[in-house]
Amino acid sequence: MLLWGAINWHSFFFLLFSLIACAAAMGVLFSGNVVRMAAHLIVSLAATAGLFFLAGAEFVGVMQIMIYVGGTLVLLIFGVMLTAQATFVSMKTRAGEWVVAAIVGGTLFFLLAQAAFSVDQWRTPRADQADLAAGVSKSSAPLGLGLLGVRVDKLDQTDDRIRGGMSGYLLPFEIVSMHLLVVLIGAAYLARSKKRAAVGQG
Amino acid sequence: MAEFFHSQWGFPISLAHVLVALIHCFLLINVIAGGALVFIWMERKISGRIQDRLGPTRVGGKFGWLQTLADGIKLIAKEDIMPDSADPVLFRFAPYISFAASFSALLALPFASGWVGQHLNTAVFFVLAILGVEVFGVILAGYASGSKWSLFGGMREAAQVVSYEVPLGLCVLIPVMICGTMNLVTIANMQRGLFTNWLIFHDPFTFIVFWVYFTCAMASVNRAPFDLAEAESELVAGFHTEYSGLRWSIFFMAEYGSMFLVSGLAAILFFGGWHGPLPVFEMIGWAYEPGESTWHFTGYLANLAGCANFLFKGVVGVTVMMWVRWTLPRLRIDQVIAMCWKYCVPIAAVCFLGVLGWQYFQLPTPGSNDPAVIREHWAQPSQGEAADAGGDRPAVSGMDPWPADGKTQTNRLVEGA
Repeated sequence: MLLWGAINWHSFFFLLFSLIACAAAMGVLFSGNVVRMAAHLIVSLAATAGLFFLAGAEFVGVMQIMIYVGGTLVLLIFGVMLTAQATFVSMKTRAGEWVVAAIVGGTLFFLLAQAAFSVDQWRTPRADQADLAAGVSKSSAPLGLGLLGVRVDKLDQTDDRIRGGMSGYLLPFEIVSMHLLVVLIGAAYLARSKKRAAVGQG
Repeated sequence: MAEFFHSQWGFPISLAHVLVALIHCFLLINVIAGGALVFIWMERKISGRIQDRLGPTRVGGKFGWLQTLADGIKLIAKEDIMPDSADPVLFRFAPYISFAASFSALLALPFASGWVGQHLNTAVFFVLAILGVEVFGVILAGYASGSKWSLFGGMREAAQVVSYEVPLGLCVLIPVMICGTMNLVTIANMQRGLFTNWLIFHDPFTFIVFWVYFTCAMASVNRAPFDLAEAESELVAGFHTEYSGLRWSIFFMAEYGSMFLVSGLAAILFFGGWHGPLPVFEMIGWAYEPGESTWHFTGYLANLAGCANFLFKGVVGVTVMMWVRWTLPRLRIDQVIAMCWKYCVPIAAVCFLGVLGWQYFQLPTPGSNDPAVIREHWAQPSQGEAADAGGDRPAVSGMDPWPADGKTQTNRLVEGA
């Protein structure tokens, strides 16, 4: 019974989900089969969504599942199944690619690790963190309002401009939307059948 | 609920949390397992009657009640076969993806006032996202089987589900827009009272959009006439051609589970959830008020009736799906895609605009509930607080999102049990 009292389930599930995410990410790297890589990626991304749920950011977690797991990966697997050739189904990595990948990956890891350890609050667990977590709302409303330019979390700013639209995300949001629209139209243009043009020439 | 175990029976708090989670999981797994038991029997009976047969009559007495159990024993006893050319890991993995997705979507589905596995503010969104994941089981099964039939089935399923997610999302958006929340508990509570408050009767557009939703839901859970992924007449058995025994039955538990899931979602979004056509328990004052967190026995009784109500609505939806399956012939793949993009999406989009106009011009609806009353609590900070935080801050921008009272809501479930 004493043992049960000692378990912090929040930490337990955090470690569990991060372990699953990391193990599946390694699986993506070390498996040679494209579809199996995608399956590992599903597990990894779903575990990341689990981490979001654990942090109380359910909206972001659901977004993660909807967009990456349910959207992008379905298209990825679909594309692989339509186009799978023998050379792509099982991929071999050459030595030169290993070196380049190691340099890029190592640099990124170094940057991320440095960023993570440079935040004071993350280094040592603080006693008031539990109180802090209890006070944070679980609603998606601040997120949506933030996108529209109303920052609920910046209400204590004295400067009117920062409190209002300037600190919002409306402009980046619109830019990203336009970008995606352009990409979609471009993809449709590239993928459309060339039959009509051929008829016109003939 | 965990606090109840802790304070009343003296469990350590961390063990209590585990117990509570296990109880939730046990109940929800039984929704799928028990549901499959009943639905498979129903499917046999209904298909029999539609084809002018009797269906099962022998096993377990007069109506063949235990036919599913006999089927289950047969499936367990079957040999578990895996083709040589199959990808062994993915082949074993695929059924569990389907089942896990079907199961975890039930977590966010409320069965009665406050009886919900996990009270999410974005429950509608969660259920839709998880429904999209379920297709992976089918696609991976199709790929991993190492068979042409399976691969064709998996590819058809992928094309179909990706297409039908668009109109399904549009249809679900309409009740969300009327209610102003993605919280399923709140959406159902806004339809309390007489059946005229149900969102399907809100205006003509919601009435149309329900049928579009139901069509798309049938397509997204891969039921006939949209069951192209199996298509016995062309593809042997589609994505599960190579599956046998228990693995095959896991796919079918997942299918029946998600049939109930989309029917239950329809019940909550359009048919008032656990609220009956006549508000009997509200008239005699037994039912919980929305957001009420104290437990009382009469409220528990009202919730039991509500749960029965909800299950009944879900089962009616499943029955209609079976009726459609045994009545209509299977569509061709081009017809399925044309149905989605040429009919469902435009109709849903027009209905969306229609409901938008209906709300904007405040046209009359038969319902009497004022949405503003039951909305999420947009608490305004009191004058004192506003003064503390800087004085000149306009009070209207100080919107505090509602406190997540999921815990108090789920408390009732086991405190009552």
